[in-house]
Amino acid sequence: MLEWILSALIIIGAVFTLIGSIGLFKLPDFYMRLHGPTKATTLGVGAILIASALYFGFKEDGISLHEVLITLFLFITAPVSAHLMAKAALHIETRRIQRTRQHPK
Amino acid sequence: MLTTALNIAFVLVTLAALLSFYRLLKGPDVPDRILALDTLYINAIALLILSGLRLESALYFEAALLIAVMGFVGTVALSKYLLRGDIME
Amino acid sequence: MKQFFKSFLPHPILSLVLWGVWLLLNNTLAPGHIVLGAILALLIPKLTASFWPEKVCLSHPVTILKFTAIVLWDIMVANIIVAKLILGRTQHLQPAFLTIELDIQHPLGISLLANTISLTPGTVSCDLSEDRRCLLVHGLHVEDADETINEIKQRYERPLMEIFESC
Repeated sequence: MLEWILSALIIIGAVFTLIGSIGLFKLPDFYMRLHGPTKATTLGVGAILIASALYFGFKEDGISLHEVLITLFLFITAPVSAHLMAKAALHIETRRIQRTRQHPK
Repeated sequence: MLTTALNIAFVLVTLAALLSFYRLLKGPDVPDRILALDTLYINAIALLILSGLRLESALYFEAALLIAVMGFVGTVALSKYLLRGDIME
Repeated sequence: MKQFFKSFLPHPILSLVLWGVWLLLNNTLAPGHIVLGAILALLIPKLTASFWPEKVCLSHPVTILKFTAIVLWDIMVANIIVAKLILGRTQHLQPAFLTIELDIQHPLGISLLANTISLTPGTVSCDLSEDRRCLLVHGLHVEDADETINEIKQRYERPLMEIFESC
């Protein structure tokens, strides 16, 4: 049973990590690329870390929660670094794709 | 079961790292490269944790934590450099 | 008694977080580490007090719990939505820059709002204006801009205002 849960978590995590990078690979401009890594990759790595915490917790018959620390750290830092990168890109006026709308004008 | 899942995960995450690496080489702008580096270090954390699971060793945790901290600081420093042309003020 | 409490524990939340992080880093619940962590958690906020000029106070614990639950749920949903958008045809995506006028004033509240916006469906916060009144947000696929802004204000800003307002 545990093995199934662990395998599912690991595969889900890896798939989301890959989706994040696919977004980075194929989306047309910087601001759109920003969405993949900040959301998908963070959740993917979070799932893998939780799988690791479960595995070591059951293996040593105790609780192993220190992986949660990395998960929390990633979830706190990902939006901050995304915000800073977007701010830097706006500052040096990185080109955006033509159809980007501005609201309000 | 778990070994198979780990093998598949290794392949998927390595692919992800390769895609990020492509973006790092291709650019076309500096923020793209910073974003690619940011993604690459998160991929590296995933690979480290997976190898920790595969080798049944908890030793890799510290390395992953250090990469997480240093990677974040690196991203912030690079973005700051773009914003101000200077890291320390 | 209250005065004593204030001088001894200037930042109770910070102390609690430090204690938790210490125990998690050592991955143990051994009595020695509990005591050492508690000593550090009491000493560090006192020694660094000059770096924390403003006091953080939280109210409405029920709202905090509800907000956390909503955000966690939205993160899961957001990821599935973004995954679909990324794997689908990218020619049809309609990216947009939105400007959200903020009603929330508390600095910590604004930063939490920006973070939640970045972690939830298809939006990343990009820039905050100098006077902290407008937040620039980039949306990956925005069909109705006004509705998106409204949803962010209703769903995330309202509870955050309630939490940080009464300070």
